[in-house]
Parts: sequence; C-alpha cells; structure tokens
Amino acid sequence: MNNTLSTTDPRTKLISSKLKKEAYKADALIEVLHTAQNIYGYLPIPVLAYISKSLHLPPSRVYATVSFYHFFSLKPKGEHTCLVCTGTACYVKGAQQILEKIEQVFHLKPGETSKDNKLGIQVARCVGACGLAPVVVLDDEVQGNIVSEEFTQTMKEKMGLL
Amino acid sequence: MNRLDFHTKIAALQQLDKTKTVQHRIGICCGAGCISSGSEEILKKLESEVQQRGLSEKVEVIPTGCMGPCNHGPLLKHLDQHTIYQKVNCTNITSILQQHVIEQTLIEDQLLFSDSRTNAHADYRADPFFKKQCKIALRNCGKINPESIEAYLLQDGYKALDKALFEYTPEEIIGEIKHSRLRGRGGAGYPTGIKWETVYKYVNNEKYVICNGDEGDPGAFMDRSILEGDPFSVLEGITIAAYAVGASKGYAYIRGEYPLAIKRFESALKQARKWGLLGNQILGSSFHFDLEVRIGAGAFVCGEETALIASIEGKRGTPKPRPPFPAQSGLWGKPTLINNVETFAAIVPIVLKGGEWYSEIGTAKSAGTKVFALAGKVNYAGLIEVPMGTSLREIVFEIGGGMQNQASFKAAQTGGPSGGCIPIEFLDVKMDYESLLSLGSIMGSGGLIIMDEHSDMVDVARFFMEFCMDESCGKCVPCRVGTKMMHDLLQKICINKGTNKDLERLEELALYVKETSLCGLGASAPNPLLSTLRHFRSEYETRIHPSQDTVQDKNQSG
Repeated sequence: MNNTLSTTDPRTKLISSKLKKEAYKADALIEVLHTAQNIYGYLPIPVLAYISKSLHLPPSRVYATVSFYHFFSLKPKGEHTCLVCTGTACYVKGAQQILEKIEQVFHLKPGETSKDNKLGIQVARCVGACGLAPVVVLDDEVQGNIVSEEFTQTMKEKMGLL
Repeated sequence: MNRLDFHTKIAALQQLDKTKTVQHRIGICCGAGCISSGSEEILKKLESEVQQRGLSEKVEVIPTGCMGPCNHGPLLKHLDQHTIYQKVNCTNITSILQQHVIEQTLIEDQLLFSDSRTNAHADYRADPFFKKQCKIALRNCGKINPESIEAYLLQDGYKALDKALFEYTPEEIIGEIKHSRLRGRGGAGYPTGIKWETVYKYVNNEKYVICNGDEGDPGAFMDRSILEGDPFSVLEGITIAAYAVGASKGYAYIRGEYPLAIKRFESALKQARKWGLLGNQILGSSFHFDLEVRIGAGAFVCGEETALIASIEGKRGTPKPRPPFPAQSGLWGKPTLINNVETFAAIVPIVLKGGEWYSEIGTAKSAGTKVFALAGKVNYAGLIEVPMGTSLREIVFEIGGGMQNQASFKAAQTGGPSGGCIPIEFLDVKMDYESLLSLGSIMGSGGLIIMDEHSDMVDVARFFMEFCMDESCGKCVPCRVGTKMMHDLLQKICINKGTNKDLERLEELALYVKETSLCGLGASAPNPLLSTLRHFRSEYETRIHPSQDTVQDKNQSG
C-alpha cells in the first residue's frame, strides 16, 4: 500500500493546517482525527500514518485510538448513509423491525455497505431525539416516528432508486 | 470590558428592548426534535411572511430551544400570550399568523394537545403537562434565542457571574452551593458543593474545569436539549465554578452525535469572548478563564470521569482506578473539577437566588429539580423538569398523559444501561436518588423510558447487556468477560434454551461483575439484569424449561 499522502492534495493541506493550529500536540490526536474523517468521510491508513508522523506518535497509538471510538471508521461509508437509532426509546418502539425491513429490502445488515457503494447501513447508540422514536438518520437528516414499511420506500426515493 | 462598561451596556440593551414596538414575539422550536420535523424551514417561511406583510415592527420571530412536548412538534409558541400550537407546517403557519396574531382569534383545533385532550388550553401553563413542572435548569429553554447573548443578558444573564466575582469570595460561592444541597446530575449524585470544595482546597497554580456533555445513555437527551436551548447558562455556570475552585482553563466535552449542541455552544463561546465574559480579566477583575470544546468520538465509557479525562488528553478512553480522584489529580495530573451539563445549568439560579431557595425545593436528601427525558410508550413524550420527589405516577399519568393506545403500564426504565426497571407496584415511588436506589434502579442522568405490556423484560435486560458488552472498554476482566458471559446467557434464555443453572450462573456473575469491576460501567452493568430479575422473575422462569436442565446434565455427564 502506498503510505504517503500527496502534499499537493488540497485535503492533505486541510489536515496539515489543522495540525499546525493544534501546534502538533499529541493530545490533539482526537481533534485531528475528527477533522480528517470530516474531510475523507473515513480514515484511510495513509492519512493515519501522516498524522502519526506529524504528532510524533507511534502508529500503534493512533490506530489504537481510532479503533477504540465508534465514531471513527477505517472503511469508506456508502454514498448514502442510513443510521438506525437503537437507543432505548427506539428499541421500545420497534427499531429492530426497521432493521429487519431494511435487511429484507436492501439485503444489508448494520455495518454493511452495498456492493455499488451507494448505501451503507449503520446503527447508532442513541441520537438523542427520543421524543420522536423510532428515529432514523438518513444522510444526516433526522427522520422521526418511522413506520418501517413506508420508510424503505422513502429511502428508495431519497436515494433516487425509484 | 470592565464591570462599569458592562453595566452600561446592559442598561442600554434593556432600554433598547423597552422601546421595541413588538407586540407579538413568536417562538419556533428549533430543538433537535423539531428541526428534524422541519422547523427551520417553518421559521424562514414565517420570517418572510412577516416581512412581506409589513409586520416586522409588530411581530418578532424567534428561534428557540426545546419547548418540551417533542412528539407534538414542530411547535410554535406565542411568547407573550403563552399559547402553543402543535404540528405546525409551512402551510398552516400563514393561517396561524393571520388568525392568531392579526385577527386575535384562537385556532382551537391546532392548540397543543388539541387532538388528545377535550380541553386544550390556550395558556399552555395551565395544561397538566406543564403545571406539575418546575423549570430551573430549563428556565430559558424554549423561551429565548439560544444563539444570542443579548437575549440571554436580558434574562438576567451573567448577573450571577457579576455577583460572584465582585460580591463573593470563592469560599462564599462554595458555601452557597453546599447550602443548596445540589447533587451531581450526571447520575451518581455526589454533592456538588463538596466536590468544588475539594478541588478548591488543592493548592496548584494549574487547575481545570470540565463540563461533561458526553451524554451516552441511550434514551437520554437532557444535556443535548440544555446545550442546544440555553448554552449561555451552562457556560456561565462553568465560569462561576472555575472562579470558585481557582481554575483558569476548562473543557466542554460534547458528544460527536450532537452537532447542533456543539455549534450552539461554540457560538456561545465566541460571543462571550467578545463581551469580555471569557478570557483575560473577566469584567475587569483579576480572574482569567477560557474554555475549549472537545468533541466526543462515541464511547459510552467516556461518561466516566477518568475515561473522559483520558479522552481529552487524546487517548483511548479507558478509566483509571480511583483514588486519586480527579479533584486531586485529573487532567494532566492537575486538580480537576468535572460536573455534568445539567449540574452547571443549575448554578446560575442558585447564585442569584441563594442556596437556601434551592434547598427548599425537592426532598430532604435530594434537593432541587431534575430534568427527565420522558420517552417510550407515553402519550406526551419530551423534555420535562420536575421537583425531586415527584412520583413516577404523576410523571407518567399527569405530565405524560398516560399510556399510548390505552395500553397498560408495565415498567419504567431509569438510569439507562446502569439503571433498572420499576414495575407497576411501585408507581408511587418518589423520583429521588435514595428511593430509586432502594428499588434496585438509579436516578442516572435522567432518561426515563416507559414500557407497556408488549415489552419483554428478559429481552430488555439482554438489550442493555448487549450495550454494556459493546461499550466495555476492555481494560478490566470482570467487565470485559463478565458482560459477554451474561449477555450470552441472557440470549440463551431469550430463545427459550436457558436452564435453571443458567439463571443461577447469571445471578452469580452479576454479583462478581458488580463487586469487582474497575469503573462505574462494569459495576452498574448488571443493574438492568438484577432489577428485572427482582421485579419480573416470573418472565425468566417461564422461559426456562426444567427439561433443558436434564438434557444439559446428560450432555455434561455423557
């Protein structure tokens, strides 16, 4: 694998300016990782190598931190993301049925992305919109009071699959 | 800006507010729940409608924080007449403007709860949902624009900090907080004043204040709503705490899943700096304090204070054995005060009105109010704040409007994965730290999920155990292995393959994990299991077939 980043890539520049802003301090690791994931959508290994070098941290420390937190992903997410909340209120109001319906329609389980990379299914611990349970976040847009049958239809519409 | 300039500016602000010709201040709820139902679009539509009709001098449109009854949103509140309309959309917003505001006639069938109550109230404060509540931490939520420091200042904002800096010594502030009997709202309920005093007493020229906004309990959204609805009051509370304990630097650790809370809190920081309420020589005093936001990266264990500190230091969020407590050796080994968002939100009213006033609210051992995120199978789900000691029955049947679809109440889950389930026999339990603990549950941070007869309590225990198993940081064996073993046994019982021996093993394991885990996550992980076993044991037993025991015995001996 090519482990170096192109210095002319504007994305590399964004990361290096964040590193500079944080004065290359090791304790800024999580902040920098947030920035990198915002830019790339996930955390590619060469980016981690670059961050590790810049912050003078062993790659193992960077990798250990990335793998510890749910928010960070080492794999690219789908073009569209469907995040099903499985918090307690959503669980009580049928989050499982939503996941089952999604699996039935799209043949995808939580954590999986479709082969064409169009759709990724994820689960969240709780998005904190419990008053609207059950909740799904479709491409960063919170959708409340979901009825699983209608919802897969909405998904198809949103993703231009209809 | 020195104190005198600040007072002059406030006076000017108040004068300007008085000269306003506005007669109708219309709030549109822009809390996370209502935004997801399209309230931002409604806000824009109403703003342009007001402008087009040339009503700008009479009508002011204000985006506000959470108003409370989240599952009836998007909500519109006439802030002067105290009328709330529910399920507002881009179409009916124009008729509300025309009829309610211009023609001054009430639109009865769009009032809050008009679809479920025979007598929906024109003044929302008369409705049982609000009547039983007492809003202290949420005092500004749903009333002011959370992104405007001017709006906060007009609600006596920063009066408490001004008073603290110039009229009180740090010892006196700590005295007031102790007197108020405020206890940590993050879950454990440790007396806030004593915590502050401990940090204060450690002599060190570098101390830190951390605001714990890593609200990880599934089914809880109190901190989110406070940060989104009234970020300045949290910020002012943190600043007062920093002055009291002698810290000059702070961090607000906010969940990454709450982008709006982060945005609003950061905007509050910027505005406070501009006004000289954060930074060097605050209000011309010798007190310096600044605050940074740290975004959480999704780890439940980071709600534990030592794990949260590790995370701020950029490391894996694994807890450390205590002592030393963070008050002695916390962030970068320095004395550190950590309080939860809701705790900080209560500070300003306590400083303004005195510890005595706060201590008179609530019960003998649990003073003040508690914010709950009421959700699940109740008619009126949302954000509520009630005096400590309010009964569960009052919350579910009066505030919450009873069960959805006339189903029967089965259990209330409090304290999330660290808490337990309260069965119908204890509906009259007072919601305070001690009473909940005596039932095998905990107050926790305030998630309150109501379940009806359709909820399977064994599966509920499995659900929470799965959560704890996934979220266990892996540092100590009892939690890492114990949660996995308990989960597998629960799974087995759920699919009717459990044996009596499994049940015995579960109870034994629960005890071990509780007693020997390193931090609160492991120590409380067995709680949902133990409380369902205590109150719903028959549900476990009906799943177990004695025949399975003989099958297993045969297999083992064979």
